[in-house]
Parts: sequence; C-alpha cells; structure tokens
Amino acid sequence: MTAVFWAAYAMLGAGALLTLVRLARGPSLLDRVVATDVLLVIISAGLAVYAALARDPTVVPVLVVVSLLAFVGSVSVARYIGGMLIHAPAADDSGERAR
Amino acid sequence: MNEVDTVRDVVAIVLVLGGAFLCLTAGLGLLRFHDVLTRMHAGTKPQVLGILLIMIGGAIRLQGWSATWMLLLVAAFQMLTAPVSAHMISRVAYRRRHVRRDLLLVDEIRSGESVDRVYRGDEPADAPPEQPAASLQASRREDQAPSGGV
Repeated sequence: MTAVFWAAYAMLGAGALLTLVRLARGPSLLDRVVATDVLLVIISAGLAVYAALARDPTVVPVLVVVSLLAFVGSVSVARYIGGMLIHAPAADDSGERAR
Repeated sequence: MNEVDTVRDVVAIVLVLGGAFLCLTAGLGLLRFHDVLTRMHAGTKPQVLGILLIMIGGAIRLQGWSATWMLLLVAAFQMLTAPVSAHMISRVAYRRRHVRRDLLLVDEIRSGESVDRVYRGDEPADAPPEQPAASLQASRREDQAPSGGV
C-alpha cells in the first residue's frame, strides 16, 4: 500500500513541477494565469489525496479555501488583462514589442 | 478490517490514483502544448475530472458526513467556477492574440478583421499582427483618440 501512496504523491509532484516550469517559462501573462490555476488545483488535489490516504479530515476545510482562491485569482487577473486591453499602452515601447 | 472495507479502500485508492494521473497529464500538457487555449485544454482535466475523482475517493475513505459534505462542496464549486474562469481567460487570450490562429480549423469570431490588425499590448513574439507597421499606426491612432467605453 505504501507503494501506491508514493505513486500518487509522485504523480502529483511531477505534475506540479511541470506546471512550475510552465509558470516560469510562460511567454505571456495568460499562460502564467493558466499555470497558476492548474497549480492551485494540483495543490488542492494533493491535500485531498493526503486526507484520503492518511484518513485525516483536518485538511478538508483548507480545500475549500484553496479552490476559492484559485477562482478569485484567475478571474481577477483575467479581468485585469481585459482592462489593459481597453486602455491600450502608449506607443513608446514599440521597439521592444517588434522583437 | 473486514472484506467490505478492503473493497472500499481499493476503489477509493484507484480513484485517487486516477486523479493524480490526471494531474500529471495536466503538467505534461501544460509544458508541451504551444498555445493558451491548448494549454487550458490540458489544464482543465484535473480541474474537473481529477478533482471529482479525488473527492469521491476521499469521501469513500474518510469517515463522517462533515468531511463528505465539504468535499462535495469543493467538487460542486470547482464544477461551477472552472467554466467561468476558462471562458474569461480564453476570451482575453483570443482578443490579445495569444492564440495560434494558423492552427485553428474553425474561427467564428474572426469576421470583423478589425481586432486582428491592432496591437493590443503583449502579443506573443511568434504571432504578431499580419501587417505590423499598419497595426502600429492603427494602435497609435487608437491611443490618440479618446476611448469610448468598451
């Protein structure tokens, strides 16, 4: 049974690491938003896996908080980028843009 | 531990392993795909199905109804909020040209052509507007003009 536990934690950890790589490398802000969303989902999945495998219900309220935070964070950043879309930036940094 | 409990544990652990595997596939897809929309497609797997599997596994394995209700609350909340955030992120991604349009088979929003010609900010370097100079002029003109709402 311990091997099964380690397999679950290893898959979750590998997924979180790959998501962190995308979070660091993401070419745009939206990629990072998606990566952060997935990372929070993986964190809450890991907490739930711990609660299920160790039969420890004390971390279950943390799951509610983490899922709420994931939703609020991604939606607020998406709305922030939408606001940037309406107020277009000044044309000074065009040389930087035309990479 | 009697036989029924063992069967229940096996079912719960299979569900939990399935959810963990979906988290791994989300990481892989997030790293290997090339586009905000396709990355979101990969990332939505644990957001709905993975969380659901793990929650069912946890509800089977944890005793007591309070934990079960809270896990059910988390699952319902994920299923409510995942479409909302995905919709908002994908809409902004399309408008800001973070979408590889050469890979799209059907593009129903692209009829106006006006969105496509204007620099909107942080375009990805591999998908600039079609005519960069004209787009820059148009976006400068847009900056000069007073913005009229949405």
